[in-house]
Amino acid sequence: MNNTMSLTQTPKKLRQRLKGERRFRIMALVSLAIPSSFLFFLLTYIMYHAWPAFFHTYISLETTTTDIAPLAGNDGAGPDYRVMIRQLLEKNLAINPTSSERRELMKLLSPHAADELRDLPPPIGQPSSFFIDVRTSSLVDDYQTSGPKDSKLSDNQRQWVEQLEQQQQIKTSLDKLFWSKGDSREPEEAGILGSITGTFLTMIITLLLSLPFGAAAALYLEEFANKNFLSRFIEININNLAAIPSIIFGLLGIVVFLGFFDLPRSSPLVGGMVLSLMTLPVIIIATRAALRSVPDSVRQAALAVGASPAQVVWHHVFPLALPGVLTGTILGMARALGETAPLMMVGMIAFVVDIPAKFTDPATVLPAQIYMWSDLQETAFVEKTYAAIFVLLLFLVLMNLVAIIIRQRVEKKW
Amino acid sequence: MLFFLMLVLLAVAFYYWGSQKASLIQRKTGSVLAARPAYYGFYSAVWAGSIGLLCLMASSIFLPYFTYHQTIAEIPERVFRDTNLTPQDFYSLLQSSLTSSFSQISPIVPQDIWDEFQHLLQKWQEIEHYAYIMILLIGTMIGGWWSKHYIRTDFRARPAVERLVKILLAACASIAIAITIGIVLSLFMEAWRFFDRVPLGEFLFGTEWSPQTAIRADQTGSSGSFGVIPVILGTALITVIAITIAAPLGLMSAIYMAEYLSPRQRSITKPVLELLAGIPTVVYGYFAAIVLAPLIRQLGESLNLDVAAESALAAGLVMGMMIIPFVASLSDDALKAVPNSLRDGSYALGATKSETVCRVLVPAALPGIIGGILLAVSRAVGETMIVVMAAGLAANLSINPLQSVTTVTVQITTLLTGDQEFNSSKTLAAFALGLLLFMITLSLNIISLWILSRYRQKYE
Repeated sequence: MNNTMSLTQTPKKLRQRLKGERRFRIMALVSLAIPSSFLFFLLTYIMYHAWPAFFHTYISLETTTTDIAPLAGNDGAGPDYRVMIRQLLEKNLAINPTSSERRELMKLLSPHAADELRDLPPPIGQPSSFFIDVRTSSLVDDYQTSGPKDSKLSDNQRQWVEQLEQQQQIKTSLDKLFWSKGDSREPEEAGILGSITGTFLTMIITLLLSLPFGAAAALYLEEFANKNFLSRFIEININNLAAIPSIIFGLLGIVVFLGFFDLPRSSPLVGGMVLSLMTLPVIIIATRAALRSVPDSVRQAALAVGASPAQVVWHHVFPLALPGVLTGTILGMARALGETAPLMMVGMIAFVVDIPAKFTDPATVLPAQIYMWSDLQETAFVEKTYAAIFVLLLFLVLMNLVAIIIRQRVEKKW
Repeated sequence: MLFFLMLVLLAVAFYYWGSQKASLIQRKTGSVLAARPAYYGFYSAVWAGSIGLLCLMASSIFLPYFTYHQTIAEIPERVFRDTNLTPQDFYSLLQSSLTSSFSQISPIVPQDIWDEFQHLLQKWQEIEHYAYIMILLIGTMIGGWWSKHYIRTDFRARPAVERLVKILLAACASIAIAITIGIVLSLFMEAWRFFDRVPLGEFLFGTEWSPQTAIRADQTGSSGSFGVIPVILGTALITVIAITIAAPLGLMSAIYMAEYLSPRQRSITKPVLELLAGIPTVVYGYFAAIVLAPLIRQLGESLNLDVAAESALAAGLVMGMMIIPFVASLSDDALKAVPNSLRDGSYALGATKSETVCRVLVPAALPGIIGGILLAVSRAVGETMIVVMAAGLAANLSINPLQSVTTVTVQITTLLTGDQEFNSSKTLAAFALGLLLFMITLSLNIISLWILSRYRQKYE
């Protein structure tokens, strides 16, 4: 009451000013809300679209032991699992298809389905009638997840799927292939294990190169260097390197690592080397900040009891700064993890089916995999793109969480 | 890799050898060493390691020649005549036949020739391998053995070791210089070769960019045109859109966080905003291409506007969102650096918060804010993935944000990904663009860092 009284009594000019203050405050709040809500929207959107890719549709076929007793193959080389699985499907649907219908029927199943049947353990000790889960093709999977609207199933195929559904033989379970396969042209067989392995190998190289050299450079600049021309020049260089566009490092990689040293293209070795050039300034800057936060009293106390400058650093200052160095390293690695452009330059954006095993094998990384899948139009690939983004963000969140925990639990506040 | 592992293992062995020897001397003679045994051990290890490394490096220069001559000597002369190759070319093709998985190395030479001589190369390569190991072993032994002259009671091992460590650290720090030199040199060298073919004036002032050269030399229109103006204009357009979004939003967010939020609230809000900067740009690019661009297109169509599928607006908007945190956190720093006396003085005169911010704090922090915005500009200019995925490929000379434009980074990636030979004008053009990009961002960085450091001094 009192408040409104005073407001009505305030002169017009002051009322305008207070109104302006309120307006300014709301404007500022809105401009903070825009990026935050954008972030929120982006993350929910990705999660919503990524979800279906983690699951796949399977048909559980009723089988008897005699059904999968080895059939003689066409050339006598062993059982023909494709024929076997088709006959199972026909029996379950209780149909007797023509040869063109047979082809349609087989399109319901993943090309991988016959292999699954082959890898099945021999049905010893099973009851005479049991169920086996058979992987469907992406046609059926898309139909199950996004409905009949833009399905590419033919009328026959749709009828069969509906029949199986009525018999409760269609089921959705976690997609194992997504986690255990490399890239593929077939949407239902493309997985991210290859790119995760590639990312992992690349990150190992980046860490091995950038952490020791970065920490050593920071130690020199912060603890040993005299303030002379050389150290100032190095500092300017580091600050500039931290702000150079990442694609430039890729160009350096082409000329020096691929051209001059003739290292294998597309390999995690070269990718890691290029990324370590980018991570190096980040680690140097973080390490210097950590070293600077160690109070001088520690150094003076150590010097006072007779330690040499090197011993002061090695026995006291560096161990105290270590948590800060680690958080800086993790954050630098997190940045490197999401980097795509420089790796594109050195050829790590490639269609790689095999899972890389060595540092010199051709490989691709998770962001590059996202980029490659983003060009493909099939629904299954769109889902997989979102899923790969989700996995990438998950890694980033985990790394950031570890950094935050180290910062809060281990790092000392002086 | 194996050799370096061996080198490290041998150095560690000599570390133990040296420290054992030092403590043995101490026990035998009864006199006190000038440093603890570990320092002598370290000194031995450094001797062993550095001599071993030197030997390894020296042998890596001359051993390949040895292998080459031994292998070529065992191949009959007629093979070179039959295949019409010089011994050097034959040797390098033979090498690649060992490593590459392609069945056909050279279309002229039948596969069985390679199969016939591969075992020769393999034999000599194996001998080369053992030679490396022998040389490494002998070098390390000599180095380590030599270090025993320093293991005596009057040698002050600690200062010597510390001096070495300091040199090693300085060498690590100099890597930053080496990287910069490497970037400048490699860009300049490749760009130089490009300017041999395309004159600098045409590159800088030409208004047409179509690097699509013909595959065969006799095809018509085989030389593309390399005028960089439309590419620069496209980059500028997208950057301007991004900055128009990011500068006001970033600055206002910083003001709200610095002046209106309690420290506790700020400690939650700031990391959220910084998360935006931590999201990989490929994610933004995908979002811009898949969600935002079609949305803008639909919106434009409903307003009867002609919107390109890959409009500059979509890429610019998303890029603006990405660089908000940069502007916000640097403006935040700048606002916090303004002394409290200015703030208090303004309040004492009866100014409201917004008046204090607009008339006192922002003018006082302006250099810092401008420096921050310039850094954000340089980040936007060099940003790659968003524009690669959301902006176009065709170089249109246009400043219409609804049209499709291309940027420097998009052109670099399209020129360098895909299969083409390394010496065409097309690939070299990418390096010229890279040099241009490097120059632009470098000058932006230097100016902004200079402004920021000047500004920091002002209030210290």
